[in-house]
Amino acid sequence: MSRNNWHLYEVFIRSKNGLAHKHAGSVHAQDAETAILSARDLYTRRGEASSLWIIKSSDIIASDPGEAGELYDPSDDKIYRHSTFYTVPDGVKNM
Amino acid sequence: MPALEKYIGAKHTRNPHTIYMLRLADNALILGQRLSEMCGHGPEMELDMAMTNMSLDLIGQAKLLFEHILTLEDLAPNADVLALTRPLERYSNCLLVAQPNVDFAHIMLRQFLFSSMQKRQYEALLNSNDSTLAAIAEKSLKEIAYHIRFAKGWVLRLGDGTKESRDRMADALSCLWRFTGEMFTCDARVADAVEAGTSSDFTKTYSDWKLEVKTILSEAGGLTPHENTRMIMGGHFGQHDDNLGHILSDMQFMQLSYPGLEW
Repeated sequence: MSRNNWHLYEVFIRSKNGLAHKHAGSVHAQDAETAILSARDLYTRRGEASSLWIIKSSDIIASDPGEAGELYDPSDDKIYRHSTFYTVPDGVKNM
Repeated sequence: MPALEKYIGAKHTRNPHTIYMLRLADNALILGQRLSEMCGHGPEMELDMAMTNMSLDLIGQAKLLFEHILTLEDLAPNADVLALTRPLERYSNCLLVAQPNVDFAHIMLRQFLFSSMQKRQYEALLNSNDSTLAAIAEKSLKEIAYHIRFAKGWVLRLGDGTKESRDRMADALSCLWRFTGEMFTCDARVADAVEAGTSSDFTKTYSDWKLEVKTILSEAGGLTPHENTRMIMGGHFGQHDDNLGHILSDMQFMQLSYPGLEW
């Protein structure tokens, strides 16, 4: 069997109306149609889904794990960016 | 309880309504069993799951039908006994559903030919005078629509694919087409069921079905069934080829070795 035409796709499931699609896993498939069918067969067997999104894994643009330090560490000590850093003045009634 | 008593336990029926529902149930049961043989043997994990999902859908349909039959007529102590302990000649499935899993092309074409027939067969039950049967049909039709979508996609893909995939689909067609006529024959049991109000006569849609299927086949790399194929029949009346015997030896041994076994 030729393996050249199998691609990896990422599967996102929305469980209920109004909620966001969440990453569930991946499937091997030949194209969009078989990817949707395979995702349905693998990830929605127990009533998990009301909607599916599929994206080719190669189309995902990801940040480089090697750059994690420069990208994310600087935010670690900026505690004033969290609302809990601030105390609410006594006189404020509606927040 | 000895196995022989269990055989006697699954009684004969003369009720045309029950006889017709047994045919529907046996079709679903035997194709479900056939597909379950592929569990762990699919060409790819995704396709393995797809086939076992379809198998479970079909066995689920059979279970609903067997259980419904038992609420109307006391043929057996439970659905397992009715489904799993009859002798070969008392299974009334069509011959197509017992055909072997030669390769993936055979499996997909068998599924497409059967499911596209089953859709028409079950649509004809929606106005049945048995409202439970109509409800079972309505539920099953959603599953059937998916089976058609899946199998049709693969018939097109393989037929219109490489030389090898087309050759395999052409081989499947030359093997399986001869079993399609039986499914649409308006035999005495269909006629009796129509008269009893169980179903409307879906066999009248035979030419529509042929047109629909031939259109797909011609899109699938220009495949055409042989015009003068001699149709092989008999399964609906218990005249089976040895394929069903092999299925039954596997499917029945547990219930016959341990009569009354429950999961």
